[in-house]
Amino acid sequence: MNPHRKLRRALVLTPLLGAGLGAGLSRPGPARAGTGNATLQVASFPDLDRAARAAGARWRERHPQIELKIVSRQYADHHLAMTTALATGSGLPDVMAIDLRFIGKFVASGGFVDLNEAPYEAGRLRDQFVRYAMRQGEGPRGTQLALPADIGPGTLLYRQDLLARAGLVEADLTRDWAAYLEAGRRLKASTGTYLMADAADLRDIALRQGLQDGEGLYFDAAGRVLVESERFARAFELGRSARQAGLDARAVAWSNDWAAGFKQGRIATQMMGAWLVGHLKNWLAPDTAGLWRSAPLPGGVQAAYGGSFYAIPKKAQHKAAAWDFIRLMSADREVQLDSLRVLDSFPALLSAQQDALMEEPLAFLGGQRARLMWRETAARVPAIPVSRFDALATDIVRDEFEKVLTRAKPIPQALRDARSLIERRARRRPGSPA
Amino acid sequence: MKPRRPDRRALAPYLFIAPFFLLFAVFGLFPLLFSIYLSLHQWNPAEGLHTMQWVGVENYLFALSDPWFHDSLYNTLWFALVAGVPQHLVALPLAFFIHQRVRRGRNLLVGAYFVPYITSSVAIALIFSTLYSRDYGLINAALAEATRIPFLGSPLAALQAAGLPDWLGDAEFTKPAVAFVIFWRFLGWNLVLYLSALQVIDKDLYEAATLDGAGSWQQFRHITLPLLKPMMFFAVTLTIIGSLQLFEEPFILVDLEKGVSQSVMTSAIFMYRLAFSDGDFGTASALSWILFFIIAALTWLNARLFGREAQGNQHAAR
Repeated sequence: MNPHRKLRRALVLTPLLGAGLGAGLSRPGPARAGTGNATLQVASFPDLDRAARAAGARWRERHPQIELKIVSRQYADHHLAMTTALATGSGLPDVMAIDLRFIGKFVASGGFVDLNEAPYEAGRLRDQFVRYAMRQGEGPRGTQLALPADIGPGTLLYRQDLLARAGLVEADLTRDWAAYLEAGRRLKASTGTYLMADAADLRDIALRQGLQDGEGLYFDAAGRVLVESERFARAFELGRSARQAGLDARAVAWSNDWAAGFKQGRIATQMMGAWLVGHLKNWLAPDTAGLWRSAPLPGGVQAAYGGSFYAIPKKAQHKAAAWDFIRLMSADREVQLDSLRVLDSFPALLSAQQDALMEEPLAFLGGQRARLMWRETAARVPAIPVSRFDALATDIVRDEFEKVLTRAKPIPQALRDARSLIERRARRRPGSPA
Repeated sequence: MKPRRPDRRALAPYLFIAPFFLLFAVFGLFPLLFSIYLSLHQWNPAEGLHTMQWVGVENYLFALSDPWFHDSLYNTLWFALVAGVPQHLVALPLAFFIHQRVRRGRNLLVGAYFVPYITSSVAIALIFSTLYSRDYGLINAALAEATRIPFLGSPLAALQAAGLPDWLGDAEFTKPAVAFVIFWRFLGWNLVLYLSALQVIDKDLYEAATLDGAGSWQQFRHITLPLLKPMMFFAVTLTIIGSLQLFEEPFILVDLEKGVSQSVMTSAIFMYRLAFSDGDFGTASALSWILFFIIAALTWLNARLFGREAQGNQHAAR
């Protein structure tokens, strides 16, 4: 070990030892062999933790000697705690749940086992999963660092009753972007409702239009920044048109205004992952049951929103059991279907997508058999590689878009500035794409 | 000759004081020293300690030349002026008024002003999000109701027609909206500081001034203000430090996911984003030291402008 590394380790270990004195005893440690029985520790976040708990009985059936311990933290806390755990190599669980938003950063960390290697051989399972989700769990050089647990096929949820009042039909929303915005104008004029929650939602989905397999969202295969492309210019223009026409409620997703907008029926459509139906049904707007419908995204866009993954840290103590757990959660048809029943999380496993449950009419969507459509969407979503700089690029693009909306910054200049800032921030970092 | 055994009694004080030093070393000194070390390296924590790379002062140069840093510094200074200065301009005369005129229920009144300072950030976020919401907020509801009032109604009706303010969603309003919360939160703190300083000013001075025919304003101008200068120096120094470290209020009120969040991005928030969103802990550490030097420079400037005179007045008052 070189002296530099020794010093670094000492510097990091000192506070950890101290922290252990103060608080470590109450913190969940890594998986450990207890009194005869081993404990498999799974670090997760809501609502994915509920799916893991729901699978607890099956786990005990298969592994009566291995206790399953699910440590759940809030979404942001979980990913921050896992970042810290990866940095220090301390407090790592046996199985780590990762949200799509963090997958690029985490898989680039080099801190996870390659599931393509023996004894895991995830390559054999590859064809059992939705293609694009497996691609998202890939690391560099063809490694498979995470397995998908659930996916979020993109859909346009809309209020059928509001559309009817405005004399509109579903095709008026989905034909193309121009039709979608025109429908928004008519909706606003006749019902006073907003077409969408936030113009940024429109920008976000429109910039995925036309993406093909292997193309990155922000970076191409050679690591070049793509934000000055026609794709981004068009998406920015669409978002700006929506804002200028007053078609968005300016309510960012998951904010109070956003939730209130649904509850009070002031937002007529929302583009998001199919899993949003579960949130609308359970807490966002349960009183609007039966009024919503699901449609394909406008303009023929095939996109996915969100998704959850499981990975095994290299320093996990019970790797074999961890792999069994991941296979249970991701590759077991019944567990995948249970997650669909309990959480409305859409299965990543193709065989689960063939179940009769897919044909079940959804009461919240007025009896629509929407899962069949979502399955079709999932099959068409292009397999886009993730980059560890995706989150960084997302932040920068979002901020430049805001300047376009509020400070009338010309779009070409905003995109030029975004490119330059992404390059500036990403280029100097180790392992940068550019 | 027997080796001298350490005297247990002599060791006891060190033992008793050791927990503090141990905890300080771990939670105070170590992070400080490690952040200096980190500021000279590039490091993404998700990739482990072995990925640390020595880059010298590059992180400092990078942070100083980053456009977001310039924006964040501007926002920070804006808040320091717009939210910080009024705290003192209001707290000082208010403290004087309470000190001179309020006898019954004074503690209750001062307590009421002080409550925001000790209120949890989560409660503040909930309350002000509710007040500031564009479509469902109390402020906009009140504005909409006020359009019915004769005379006041017509200009407000014009405002309503143009769209009621989106306090936390429109860059034009976010800064003043957040600045008001900061003002509201720290007014009571400064009030308590000034009240405590007022209470030690000799009452004879006021009585003598009254006998000489000085009115309230003259007493405030020629007795209170000069004798409060040491406390003003202290309070302004705290405001400078607090303003340049401002994080909580803009962070909890304007969601980072909102594009508009950049309009209230302070240097401390930028530092947080660099570290926890971009994973660039090296530059974030460098930025923390740049901020430290800015705070030190401004505090020194404040001491130069205010401090000596304040010290002089303190001696004169004695």
